[in-house]
Amino acid sequence: MATEPVTDQTALQGPAAWESEAEREGVHGVGPWRLALRRLRRNKVALLFGFIFVLLVAVCLAAPLWANQVAKTGPNENHLTDTVVIDGEETDVVALNGVPIGPTWKGQFFLGADSNGRDVMVRLLYGGRNSLVIGLTAAFMTTVLSIVLGLLAGFLRGRTDTGIRFLLDVMWSFPVVILGVALGVALALGGLQLGPVTIAGDSLVIPIFVIGLVYIPYMARPVRGQVLSLREKEFVEAARAQGAGPLRIMFGEVLPNLMSTILVFFTLLIANAILLEAALSFLGAGVRPPNPSWGTMIDEGVERIATAPHLAIVPGAMLVLTVLALNVFGDGVRDALDPRAKVRIEH
Amino acid sequence: MARFIVRRLVQMVLVMFAVSVLVFLIFNVIPNGDPAVRMAGRQPTETQIEAIRKEWGFDENIVVQYATTMKKVFTGDLQSYFTQLPVGEEIRKGLPRTLALAIGAAILWMLVAVAFGLYSAVKAGKFADRFLTIIALIGISMPVFWIGALMNYYLGFKLGWFPNGGYVEFTEDPFDWFYHLILPWTALAILFIGFYSRVLRSNVLDTINEDYVRTARAKGLSERQIMVRHVLRNSMIPIVTLWGLDFAAVLGGGAILTETVFDLQGVGQYAAESIGQLDVPPVLAVTLFAAFFIVAMNAVVDILYAYLDPRIRLQ
Repeated sequence: MATEPVTDQTALQGPAAWESEAEREGVHGVGPWRLALRRLRRNKVALLFGFIFVLLVAVCLAAPLWANQVAKTGPNENHLTDTVVIDGEETDVVALNGVPIGPTWKGQFFLGADSNGRDVMVRLLYGGRNSLVIGLTAAFMTTVLSIVLGLLAGFLRGRTDTGIRFLLDVMWSFPVVILGVALGVALALGGLQLGPVTIAGDSLVIPIFVIGLVYIPYMARPVRGQVLSLREKEFVEAARAQGAGPLRIMFGEVLPNLMSTILVFFTLLIANAILLEAALSFLGAGVRPPNPSWGTMIDEGVERIATAPHLAIVPGAMLVLTVLALNVFGDGVRDALDPRAKVRIEH
Repeated sequence: MARFIVRRLVQMVLVMFAVSVLVFLIFNVIPNGDPAVRMAGRQPTETQIEAIRKEWGFDENIVVQYATTMKKVFTGDLQSYFTQLPVGEEIRKGLPRTLALAIGAAILWMLVAVAFGLYSAVKAGKFADRFLTIIALIGISMPVFWIGALMNYYLGFKLGWFPNGGYVEFTEDPFDWFYHLILPWTALAILFIGFYSRVLRSNVLDTINEDYVRTARAKGLSERQIMVRHVLRNSMIPIVTLWGLDFAAVLGGGAILTETVFDLQGVGQYAAESIGQLDVPPVLAVTLFAAFFIVAMNAVVDILYAYLDPRIRLQ
């Protein structure tokens, strides 16, 4: 094997295999990452949606700015008895029959108020922060744990592999929402004790922890599969011949070749984590009110959809836009890295 | 074959056991605080908590606790301390509704996804393909309870084209039953249509370049015959596997959000209402039954596969 000249590029797993025949002709000496970037840059739609996501994150980060400078109210401040001027007329923020005002398209109550007289725009931005923090942290947690489990199972094989696979099979047996809900309900009342750290039941850490756990099988399984094939490659053999230990090979040789898979999964995991946060909060097993998140806001909105539809439409539209942006961008990244890969997360 | 079935069934029992242990751990061991207080619901009295502690044996060792919990779930002895209703009976009452929702939605999403995916693949790269891809991506980006609530409000409540939620027994009025389920079926199917049409599209594009397709074309079959008999048939295999598993997942709890939005009073809505009250016994039972059902379905799918494809038996 070692004497065979490396003419067939696809025989090398990982970055080198991404180069397609046609592209190799013209671009000599360009690395696979740069090639992928070049391909991504040509995908204008994916770039546009990636930009939209960055913009949404920036807008949500600026929540305090909007709250203090424009709306002049906080996310949990009630204005039940206040009035605002609409078309020159004094109007109650929340009418006597409990119906809040719709969008005013002005600084205060830009997107209307909810039934407690809270500013929907301010809550939307603060809620977005919570939803995004949960999505990003949970996706990060899933990614790290999946990499570790997948690497251990695929590389060490034997008993470790059997054990980890069994564990993943057991988790795989639960529908995502049900497992999330079970953990959410169980942890909501008493909180969680992790060694010396105690986490209260209404903390944001609980939904992060729950969501971060439930998606692990969906990522750890494909990672393990890739590790299984990577560990048989010549470069692993070469590393072993040089005296590298298993840890060094796992993290120094195998892990870099998993990067494209990890990157694609991470993007799609954020999208799915944000969706699951919404579902759990909708069911009452996620973020606890009055703490805003897009999920809790949709939950409150759906209850009042007949009298104040903006309460459900606004956070939902924001959520769909964010998740769509991540899905389209993630799709583009995947196409740029490896057009043949098939990634699917939802159960 | 018999050996394979036995091996697969043993594996199934092992996974079921592990699932039950995990459920027990999630509800009774991992969380902080007194499990008896959690079981008792939102506003328990001291005597209630004491009774529950005794009933569930929370002061005994953990193996006995596990055995007691499982015994309560499977003998139908389990009851909610919030509504005082037996859990098993509530689940049995809701099951036909959940089944109706899941079966209808599964048929709908399969039919539409095959049509979308095939058309998308045939028109690959053209406008129609891109349009359908975007639609599919929007479909998988929408929370089902949100689009369901909007459909219910605009199409049901405002325009009055459809009933505003609720469920009618099939035996009562089959037409009304169907009419009431159109919106829930659609809402639940949207997500899966998005996924399946994309998977099918890429499968069809892979299959189209196979040698046997070229052979079929060379021997003069019409495009339609090639697409349906050779390409579609072979592209469907992975989809059908997914279909079986997703159907089990929807039936086992995926429908929880749809049922709640459309007020179908199935098992999912029962679970959702219990979750809202942080009522632990029903959530425990639904979680356990859902997982058991999925494990069993996985085993059935595997055995069917081994029957159809003898190579699998030897793995």
